[in-house]
Amino acid sequence: MKTYVLGALTVASFALPAAAQDAMDVKLGVLNDRSGVYADLSGEGSVVAARMAVADFGAADKGLNVEVISADHQNKPDVASNIARQWYDQDGVDAILDVPTSSAALAVADITAQENKILIDSGAGSTQLTGEQCQPTTIHWTYDTAALAKGTGGAVTEGGDAKWFFLTADYAFGHSLEEETSKVVAEAGGEVVGTVRHPFPATDFSSFLLQAQGSGADVIGLANAGGDTVNAIKQASEFGITQAGQSLAALLMFITDVHALGAETAQGLVLTEAFYWDHDDDTRAWSARFEEEFGSKPTMVHAGVYSGTMHYLRAVEATGSTEGDVVAEWMKANPFDDPLFGEGYVRKDGRVIHDMHLYEVKSPDESTGEWDLYNLVATIPGEEAFLPMEGSGCAFANAG
Amino acid sequence: MFELLGVPPQVLMGQLLLGLINGSFYAVLSLGLAVIFGLLNIINFSHGAQYMLGAFVAWMLLEYLGISYWWALLLAPVIVGATGLVLEKLALRRLYHLDHLYGLLLTFGVALIIQGLFRNYYGISGLPYQIPDQLSGGQNLGFMFLPNYRGWVVVASVVVCFGTWFVIEKTKLGAYLRAATENPTLVGAFGINVPLMIMLTYGFGVALAGFAGVLAAPIYSVNPNMGADLIIVVFAVVVIGGMGSIMGAIVTGFGLGIIEGLTKVFYPAGSAVVIFVIMAIVLMIKPEGLFGRNA
Repeated sequence: MKTYVLGALTVASFALPAAAQDAMDVKLGVLNDRSGVYADLSGEGSVVAARMAVADFGAADKGLNVEVISADHQNKPDVASNIARQWYDQDGVDAILDVPTSSAALAVADITAQENKILIDSGAGSTQLTGEQCQPTTIHWTYDTAALAKGTGGAVTEGGDAKWFFLTADYAFGHSLEEETSKVVAEAGGEVVGTVRHPFPATDFSSFLLQAQGSGADVIGLANAGGDTVNAIKQASEFGITQAGQSLAALLMFITDVHALGAETAQGLVLTEAFYWDHDDDTRAWSARFEEEFGSKPTMVHAGVYSGTMHYLRAVEATGSTEGDVVAEWMKANPFDDPLFGEGYVRKDGRVIHDMHLYEVKSPDESTGEWDLYNLVATIPGEEAFLPMEGSGCAFANAG
Repeated sequence: MFELLGVPPQVLMGQLLLGLINGSFYAVLSLGLAVIFGLLNIINFSHGAQYMLGAFVAWMLLEYLGISYWWALLLAPVIVGATGLVLEKLALRRLYHLDHLYGLLLTFGVALIIQGLFRNYYGISGLPYQIPDQLSGGQNLGFMFLPNYRGWVVVASVVVCFGTWFVIEKTKLGAYLRAATENPTLVGAFGINVPLMIMLTYGFGVALAGFAGVLAAPIYSVNPNMGADLIIVVFAVVVIGGMGSIMGAIVTGFGLGIIEGLTKVFYPAGSAVVIFVIMAIVLMIKPEGLFGRNA
């Protein structure tokens, strides 16, 4: 009897409507920091952003059966590599999204290329992703350290603050941020009058700030990130450094950091971002929906995951494939006009070219709410903001 | 004008003063650890989390109840100390007769749980907390700009540190406490409630951590990991001063703050390790610590 039932079921399953059988399975893996220093700026918010993109794209109506999964890479390259391999080899993941922490992102980029899948990176900042360690299947969506250096370093120097003093976190990331910004400062006609390397992470910056104060610099460049930047700014305000006429430039800062400081402490600070929730009607509308789902405003990393996922799904729909090289080729061949990033395109080396914006943090009097934090100072066109492809060291992109 | 190794005296004076300020935090935190270790023989690894709790409680009092910094300075240590009492009553009490390691593991686990919970609810970026109006601004001392708040931190820490030292070393209550650690059975026989006294002592040590947390809230980032970053240094301070020595914790706290401050001028990159180098040297020459009573 049992056999007959099974047989009947098997026949029935073959007889299902054709549309359901044709639905293409697509699996997206959001791999980021869910418990450490980058958990607020990427973390669960990126998963929410990816799910919103799937819903907004109307994947189900277009014959795509999209599933979003997530994991915590703890900012460790080895953990990230293991998860990426497991996802590709056993769990049938087609694309990995987000991946903050450059070392982890570079590791995942290699594996993604070997497996012929797609990495759409939003959270990491290293220019290496589309430089010497570029891969044909890597798409670097949101920002990189060169664009931040260009935005903040260039605009501040041209604005008349020509003498820089760097407060640099003493590890590879801090050094490269300092080096890239120094180059931009020199090109814009400024000079670097001093540098102090502080241990990472550090709690007390008063001593280093005093050295910066004594240097006679116009602007103190903070080549660090996260809690270090927050502490340095909090203490600079306390020691009357900004009141005495020196300004602060944060070289890597997210809206979550500014929110942590509050407008009172962070006011006047200059920083570069790819996305701000209050930029225009489109970003406001999307951010309101995001806030409803997630509970706070999105960062540019969240926005990048959303837009990247959208463009990826367009490519899958158009090509009918999830093969990395096929999808990457379509994504690079077709420019996008995105509600969050405006018009842009994916360059041959995988660098996504879109406008970057220079913002100044509002004073408490101007700010009307806890997230009302930025005034737009300037918009840097994508072509100028990012490093040119020539000379980037990306072999396959410059080959022919 | 003379210069010392290329550093002008004004800068040096400024850095000495800054070192003293940082030393204040080390002193209050290591004092709490020393009190707990000296009187309870517990290595309190949740001290950093309790320091963080102090800062968060201050923030919550302001955010949810509108209670100002000054009241928080009083209330937050009491609240954090009360959580310490609960921890002692429910868990730590059962470990006194066991090896130090068990207390260390328990308190370390508690610290991880507290930090994890706060990370889950409040995120990792931190929360804003402003300097109270009465203490904003600063004084120009000629050689440096001294924010009023930092001056207040030094004064408050010195008062609390020496107050604690006085109570434990010079009063009758302190004598009971010290006696109870030496021989709890005998002190109990004199009609003193030893378990209660021990519980209150732990609560007091924890309250000191909470107090340091409130002091730190306006100038350091208020985030769930703020204590985890600091606690390792504070343990080194306690080891250098001598585990359990009250005066040792206070003096080494301030002293190491100053040494660290000077390192930041002469060799900034080394400022993170200088305290540990000193710890290694002290352990080689005088394993019981600079002020330790016995090995």
